[in-house]
Amino acid sequence: MPIPCRSAMLIHDQSRTGRRATAQAPLDAPQVTDIPEGLRRRARPALPEVSEMQAVRHYTRLSQKNFSIDTHFYPLGSCTMKYNPRACNSLAMLPGFLARHPMAPETHSQGLMACLFDLQEILKQVTGMHAVSLAPSAGAQGEFAGVAMIRAYHQARGDHARTEILVPDAAHGTNPASAAMCGFKVREIPTGDDGDVELEALKAAVGPQTAGIMLTNPSTVGVFDRNIQAIARSVHDAGGLLYYDGANLNAILGKVRPGDMGFDVIHMNLHKTFSTPHGGGGPGAGPVGVSKRLEPFLPVPMVDFDGDDYHWLTESERPETIGRLTAFGGNMGILLRAYVYARMLGREGMGRVSEFATLNANYLMARLREAGFEAAYPRRRASHEFIITLKRESRELGVNAMDFAKRLLDYGYHAPTTYFPLLVPECLLIEPTESETKEDLDGFVEAMIAIRREAQEEPETLKGAPHKMPVRRLDDVRAARHLDLAWKPAASETTHG
Amino acid sequence: MPFVPHTQDDIAAMLATIGVASIDALFDEIPRELRIGELAAIPTGMSEMEIARLMQARARADGQPVCFIGAGAYDHHVPAAVWQIATRGEFYSAYTPYQAEASQGTLQVLYEFQSMMTALTGLDASNASLYDGASALAEAILMAVRANRQTKSTKVLMPRTLHPAYRRTVRSIVEPQGIELIEVPFDAATGQTSTGQLDTAAGADELAAVVIVQPNFFGVLEPVDALTDWAHAHQALAIALVNPIALALLSPPGDWGARGADIACGEAQPLGMPLASGGPYAGFLCCKMDLVRQLPGRIAGRTLDLDGKPGFTLTLQAREQHIRRGKATSNICTNQGLLVTAATIHMALLGPEGLERVAAACHANTRALAAMLCEIPGVEPVFDGPIFHEQALRLPAPAADLLRALAAHNLLGGLDLASDYPELGSAVLVCATELRTEEEMQSYRDTLARIVATHSQAPPEM
Repeated sequence: MPIPCRSAMLIHDQSRTGRRATAQAPLDAPQVTDIPEGLRRRARPALPEVSEMQAVRHYTRLSQKNFSIDTHFYPLGSCTMKYNPRACNSLAMLPGFLARHPMAPETHSQGLMACLFDLQEILKQVTGMHAVSLAPSAGAQGEFAGVAMIRAYHQARGDHARTEILVPDAAHGTNPASAAMCGFKVREIPTGDDGDVELEALKAAVGPQTAGIMLTNPSTVGVFDRNIQAIARSVHDAGGLLYYDGANLNAILGKVRPGDMGFDVIHMNLHKTFSTPHGGGGPGAGPVGVSKRLEPFLPVPMVDFDGDDYHWLTESERPETIGRLTAFGGNMGILLRAYVYARMLGREGMGRVSEFATLNANYLMARLREAGFEAAYPRRRASHEFIITLKRESRELGVNAMDFAKRLLDYGYHAPTTYFPLLVPECLLIEPTESETKEDLDGFVEAMIAIRREAQEEPETLKGAPHKMPVRRLDDVRAARHLDLAWKPAASETTHG
Repeated sequence: MPFVPHTQDDIAAMLATIGVASIDALFDEIPRELRIGELAAIPTGMSEMEIARLMQARARADGQPVCFIGAGAYDHHVPAAVWQIATRGEFYSAYTPYQAEASQGTLQVLYEFQSMMTALTGLDASNASLYDGASALAEAILMAVRANRQTKSTKVLMPRTLHPAYRRTVRSIVEPQGIELIEVPFDAATGQTSTGQLDTAAGADELAAVVIVQPNFFGVLEPVDALTDWAHAHQALAIALVNPIALALLSPPGDWGARGADIACGEAQPLGMPLASGGPYAGFLCCKMDLVRQLPGRIAGRTLDLDGKPGFTLTLQAREQHIRRGKATSNICTNQGLLVTAATIHMALLGPEGLERVAAACHANTRALAAMLCEIPGVEPVFDGPIFHEQALRLPAPAADLLRALAAHNLLGGLDLASDYPELGSAVLVCATELRTEEEMQSYRDTLARIVATHSQAPPEM
């Protein structure tokens, strides 16, 4: 039996009946007499009863068990863990923005709506799309909206035969999942040895059943697909539409625009490219942009400007919309953060993002190759990210990508993305972002070299890693077999009100 | 160069290591004709000082009117500690906790959140959040259709007492999968949904699920026990849509009817999230243990490390898109992690008694407000069913006119029900949370009384 350890003590374990943070709730507790007894709760919920200081100390200590951008280099591939400027947070949390009710009238919303309208315009410009809706709450919801618009477009034309969405085998898992949520069949297209989509396979796959293709460019293997124009022609000639997964937009911001590549619909991950925080798993924001022919189908709400005032566009103004994705139209606070970031970058800063993200990735790839690590696509330029494959280390030293990843934590580096994309064995997908210094990149290379030395001399150090984290390697199999998903009170502990 | 640390020396050294002459050369695999020049339509960059000035002016422009609107977003007190801790960089700037050993803080918060939500709902398991209450309900419906192997039906009963924006959201998300939503009417006198209305709406059809809303959009309390038992008698799953603050007072979904609701979902905004124009908020989704493998979204679990020490990790990942791809329970990836952190701290600070005090204060304030407003001739409750913390009131003049006039006095007097419920005539949905003071409520009554009096003398200017 494990000894209950203070380090994993729950807030519930600190609870004592009758203790509470008295300053937080109303001082007067009116008696409720007019709710029928049968609808009332019989026993109080088993929530923790702690003092304000206990809560503050507990959650402050928990925060200290996290790696984060503010504390560590976090080269998680495909996630764009760049610096989140603090001004974005404090300006989005100005009282006027925080206190606004989502159903406040337009007369009391012009400040917010001006920011949203400006953001729509900036995103249109930087992606080369005809119109933008800020409604989707995250990338996956943007994908859902994008595919739903493709569906609506074909249906509006009476073209009901288009039941298939093409997805490269290297795509993010959200792509096939989003297509399935919109009722489409998913067909995978192979990736060639050079990292580009296999053009001949694509040509063989397109046809009257093709609703569209979902592509990330640069792709998830970290290279720019050089055949993008040929891909666009091939899909368009077959009557299909092109969907751009904006997960890797950081690589091309201000350099190349998805609209110019031929994409009909895109989503952007503002929590990646536009530097809004990831918050330990969200919130994000996943605005969608479209070409002219998809414009009527954009999700609502959107913001319009008549030269004097800003107005909401909702279901009544946009009858062909695919509809609403959340009750109140999106993660407004995240949109404000992205807007502040975009205005601080300005037109000259957009291109700088992709330039330095690309410089950092190519530099880090070059240094790691110099040090003897194997790049998965050595003949290609890195985009904003690249893949190192540890298949040789795995074969010769018996340590795998997971062991390297866990040991990197001990060296003070968050691990890169591991085992994705699935088609490269023992891979680390590394995205340093533009905000890291050369010194930090050099430090990461030194850590990788030191870990490989350990793998040669004392492989058990890697196998047992991490050693310096609050916990050692966790038993995922046990977690899934012996489900412990919530603290439950012992029967006698339930407090009765 | 904001947010880019490179010096000229760094750039030169890095390019030399790569073996190229310029940064531009790194883009040489991109077809020339696709490269763009200056983005002239985007303004030039601003300093932090300049953008602060712009944002402060815009935030001020929206004023801070006194808010009597609820309708799915509630103006509650948020303890100072909640966002001071939630915006610590270690929470704010961390990613989804894929590397569990370096993310124990976030993972334990998720586990504690799940524990608190199961306590509030009386169910066994909770996920770690969805985007908001409306999308959570859509996911609950998709989950119920997948899980109901008894009827294999794709039909779901959805009451007209469900928030109109929720009905629209659910429709956008579930209809592409061929799910049929059947609207259930409500009793015009009580504002409640009855089993008789479920009978009529269902007809002879088999059902996958019934949505039960507590309190409903009108603030009215539904006969949840009878509705839950009706669902189960028809082999349908019972989906509860609930307000987490109300659950401090009201019977938890796990206790509804003879067997309890199967799934409970809702909007976590009342738990420490500012109104913030509608988001970011967080949806929650809880269920009985036998449905846990159909639950969408991240789930944190407690397990042991190599030394047998307890720790936390994401679990049941075989349900999720990054593993199961096209066959996943949902496409959701990024959720509302930071909001969950805020909600968890909020619940820890309030505790069971604090939440109950907030719920009771909201209930009492809304009752008091409704009584005051009903002193005005022509203002009366639309329904006679029991309420939680919102009430629909009939007005003696078009609600849109009166609300516009109130807004000019810096009062948001409630939500106009005309466009979504034309059958109610001129009606408004009001809410007074624990934040509304006696003076603010009196000011609302007095201002409305004056406006009504003026309005009855002369038609409004258009």
